[in-house]
Amino acid sequence: MMAPLFSSKLLLVLLFGTLFGLVLGVLPGLGPTTGGALILPFTMTLDPLSAIILLTSIYCAGTYGGAITAVLINTPGTPAAAATCLDGYPLAQKGEAGRALGMATVSSTVGGIFSVIVLVFFAPVLANLAYEFGQPEYFALAIFGLTMLASIGDGSPIKNLIAGAFGILISTVGKDFMTSIDRFTYGINELSVGIGFIPVVVGLFAISEMLTQSTLLDQVFKRVALKAVKLPSKDDYKKTWKTILRSSGIGSFIGVLPAEGGTVASLIGYSEAKRFSKNPEEFGKGSVEGIAGAEAANNAATGGAMVPTLALGIPGSATTAVILTGLIIHGVRPGPDLFKEQPEFLYGIFGAMLVANVLFFIFGFFGAKIFARITLVPNKILWPMIFAVSVCGTYSLSQSIIDVWIMLFFGVLGFFMRRYGFSVVPVIIGLILGELVEGTLRQSIVIFDGNWLMFLTRPIALTFFILSLIALAFPLIRSKKNKKII
Amino acid sequence: MNNVRDNKRANKSLPFFFRTEFKVFFAIILVSTILLISTFSFDTVPPILNRGIQPATFPKGLLVLIIALTSIIYYLSFKKPWKKEKSLPRPFFLTILSFIIFIIISKTLDFFLAISVLSIFVSYYWGERRIFYLLLVSIIFPLVVFIFFEMILGLRFPPGIITNLYYY
Repeated sequence: MMAPLFSSKLLLVLLFGTLFGLVLGVLPGLGPTTGGALILPFTMTLDPLSAIILLTSIYCAGTYGGAITAVLINTPGTPAAAATCLDGYPLAQKGEAGRALGMATVSSTVGGIFSVIVLVFFAPVLANLAYEFGQPEYFALAIFGLTMLASIGDGSPIKNLIAGAFGILISTVGKDFMTSIDRFTYGINELSVGIGFIPVVVGLFAISEMLTQSTLLDQVFKRVALKAVKLPSKDDYKKTWKTILRSSGIGSFIGVLPAEGGTVASLIGYSEAKRFSKNPEEFGKGSVEGIAGAEAANNAATGGAMVPTLALGIPGSATTAVILTGLIIHGVRPGPDLFKEQPEFLYGIFGAMLVANVLFFIFGFFGAKIFARITLVPNKILWPMIFAVSVCGTYSLSQSIIDVWIMLFFGVLGFFMRRYGFSVVPVIIGLILGELVEGTLRQSIVIFDGNWLMFLTRPIALTFFILSLIALAFPLIRSKKNKKII
Repeated sequence: MNNVRDNKRANKSLPFFFRTEFKVFFAIILVSTILLISTFSFDTVPPILNRGIQPATFPKGLLVLIIALTSIIYYLSFKKPWKKEKSLPRPFFLTILSFIIFIIISKTLDFFLAISVLSIFVSYYWGERRIFYLLLVSIIFPLVVFIFFEMILGLRFPPGIITNLYYY
């Protein structure tokens, strides 16, 4: 598994990806999804394996990096670290920032490594199963992925579904792939090829965040002092080892589910840690179990989310949607054939994720103090720089100025979406699944000679449809309980 | 406590067309309806060539779904009004204005100049007054990015008054 990594170039890429991922994770508002999208054009100079290793190492390290800011300034560097704030910051306020970060680092590493093991064993099994899939099954699977959007994060299920449908709608812009008929192009030639993934992602994440930051200029962060990161004590290990293992399992499972990711995993990991704890009253006041529960789960989701991405071509999270785009740009088609034809490529990715988890442990342990200083870069300097990289990165992929304007449009749209409680993640997932949904639906209708009921005669498709109904019903029932449908 | 609750739910006391939920509902329905109408002008495939469904059918279905779901959230907002959002501060509108200036300059004058102007504009209005940092974000950093993309990625930026000095 590690053999492909024994090259100085790949190790350098891995090292850079981990460091860059940590920086992105530490900076509130950025994160592995935005960072991955920004760096995607640069990967064109790399071979496919190096490019994907760069993106996956950013994913692993970026997910962990969010914990540093969560603990020290009570602001999650990434959405997946939101649950870490609940206990990380109170513990840091008690003068134990080193202990809080030590626990976050160890649990993230264990969760990450656990999930890579799940990926190594589970992805080939899922890929083998995918050989049984025809067009109707892929359609049902994509629908399942989209209905899972309803339960993304803490947002409203109906708003998430609207955003998901909007994402699919964006994918229909351009020439229809079956008939070459123009749709929503309004005579603009550049739109005939469709709306690219990168302008939308960079707009929805980076530019909309820039606009959000423009509304928060008077916000002052109170930073807790950090002397050094401390390894958890024997007592802490005794208290948390079960929580770390449980959350690793939960995170990997949630990650495998299409469209879910670290944010959902960490929230569930945290609440389960509280439910099983002997001292639930300590949660919210600086419990190490709370930190371990959230951090092990969000990093465990990284390997889990790569399972459907590599085995089926269905992204497990927003960041894996970027990785999926990276694979496609580099001519690698994810799916069962990839496991048969390019096993060394996959083992390279698995090995890189494993090493990235070890590397961010080392960097986090010895360099958290330095990474924490990155948060001191003022927004008035940081965001204009991010804008310059966003514009050049977006322009570079198809060398089209229209792409830059599309990026700005989605930036403004993304800002208002977030302002009114619409998550932008479903738009990304919808956009990437859109072609699959429409293509498999139309081909299935041809196969079934127009008889839609034939979908129900396919056991695998039927199973996915039932799962989709459950996925839709579950958040609606949960929201009704919490009175949070809208 | 009552003040906080009243403030959060202040949206309820406004006439319906001033409420956030109505504005969001109206915007989505308006755009979706315009798009839905435009799908009727898509070309159709003759029956002999048509495989499965017409190209307009799938987007039509999606737009109907969006309209239906938006109507549901609007209906539900009668039972539970949305929180009133804080009004947007001046730097937000200046940032939007800088995007518009960026588009105009990149279209008419120069792409690189547009990045520089936006950077200095945003940095200044966000509160930066130190000359070195203004130069850093508006000239030094964009120049580094430009050279990096040009040299390493072999990217050719669109022609313009400044970019032409480099190319010719």
